[in-house]
Amino acid sequence: MSFRDNPFGEVRLPLLLGAAAAGVVALVVAFALLMADRRQTYQEGAYNALRKASDGVVAPVTGAFAAPVRWLGGVGAGMGDYFFAVSENRRLKAELAAARTLRDRAATLEDENARYRALLGLAIDPPVPMVTARAVSESRGPYANTRLVNAGAERGVKVGHPVLSENGLVGRVIGVSPRVSRVLMLTDAASRTPVMIQRTRARAILTGDGGWAPELAYLRGRDAARDGDLVLTSGDGGVLPRGLTVGRVVRGSDGAWRVRLASDAAPIDSVRILLFEDFVKLEDLRTLNRPAPPPPPTPAPRTAAPSVIAPKAPAPPKAAPPATGPARPEGAAR
Amino acid sequence: MSAVARPLRISRWVGLPLLGALLASLLLAAPIRLLGLPLPEPVTLMAPAFAWAMIRPAASPAFALLLGGLALDALWGGPTGLWPVALLAAYLPVLALRNILAGQSRLVLAAWYALACLLAQAVGWLVTGWISGTLPALAAAGLQWLATVLLFPVAAQLIDGFRDADVRFR
Repeated sequence: MSFRDNPFGEVRLPLLLGAAAAGVVALVVAFALLMADRRQTYQEGAYNALRKASDGVVAPVTGAFAAPVRWLGGVGAGMGDYFFAVSENRRLKAELAAARTLRDRAATLEDENARYRALLGLAIDPPVPMVTARAVSESRGPYANTRLVNAGAERGVKVGHPVLSENGLVGRVIGVSPRVSRVLMLTDAASRTPVMIQRTRARAILTGDGGWAPELAYLRGRDAARDGDLVLTSGDGGVLPRGLTVGRVVRGSDGAWRVRLASDAAPIDSVRILLFEDFVKLEDLRTLNRPAPPPPPTPAPRTAAPSVIAPKAPAPPKAAPPATGPARPEGAAR
Repeated sequence: MSAVARPLRISRWVGLPLLGALLASLLLAAPIRLLGLPLPEPVTLMAPAFAWAMIRPAASPAFALLLGGLALDALWGGPTGLWPVALLAAYLPVLALRNILAGQSRLVLAAWYALACLLAQAVGWLVTGWISGTLPALAAAGLQWLATVLLFPVAAQLIDGFRDADVRFR
């Protein structure tokens, strides 16, 4: 039978038109959804029920899939530890010797710092409680860099809380379900983080672009940054606490200053979520103006001046947090 | 009537590939590293999107891409509607050119598939840049494009399996 004799030949054009019309309708619906999405604002209400439900489904599935691979990885790491125990032991001894020196110096500085704070009556950041969680899913594409972690609203996690690995800042929470939270990574194209260069205190906005090293945007001043400078969160805007380690400055291939993230030093498996509350978002701002509880007893002042301002100092000289306790950002007066 | 003359069921040529692609994306989203490297993140739905346009014109693939793209957005945490727009932007031109592409060699089809993937990436790149105010890194987009292009054998398998399944479109 020739092509012209095909009885279905004439139905091809309408079918094609119907398929194209369906495609255009679907495209219009998709575009409308894109316009309606309020992902940029990251408000609690924007994280709709569909996303919460999908996060609740995705997390256990990917978690179950990753479990055997993690177990195998643990076996491999255990074997490596066994075979390289001697060299590891030597390295750890050297690190321990160096750490002892640093510990003594840190104790001295801590004591000195506490006395200065008592003298000046500085109100320091309170310790920030935290919860630990495990990453159960991740997206690594150029248009979305997020992770699901297995701690949610049931454990006190809220939108905006900063998330850290053992090496540094990872991102912040943008969506919360009862048992799962979605974390926006610093590398996501929608991520904006106020940071500062530790050496110069120059401010910048860390801007993700889906690549491995986010850009330092709006960096001002001469010699504001150099290769290798440490980058910390600035705390500006109150979104994140000040002093969280972000990474090191590097010069990108495009000539822009970028940041090699400290959290990339190791796979991001377990994370800490700081239950950090921005003072601006407190429901009852009057709590900030309530008189502080009486400070614990402090050592006798050496001069007359401290006794005048001592009642204003809320922190005792030995107010160091326990090693496994809540995280304290690099101290800074508000 | 022979068995091959039966009408093609949507669940076979649209439903199963859609579920398979989403399941693959779900598994590749697991936070694991092999030999120190993270798993690739290809746009698995591109393979069925290309194959559906080549197999036969129908209304169901467009809506399958809409649903699948929304599922990808939910899985990856991207803006809702980004991947439906990108996938449909690649699907519709292939659908329009299917008469030209029909009967071409495997190599030519692979080149057209790579072009369709490039179109989807370009749309995703522009939309993300427009929404977020920052153009995504080209290297990251290129890596995802490459990982997606490597899925061409899956698309070819789908085309070979279903192209002649409906007697009206032989």
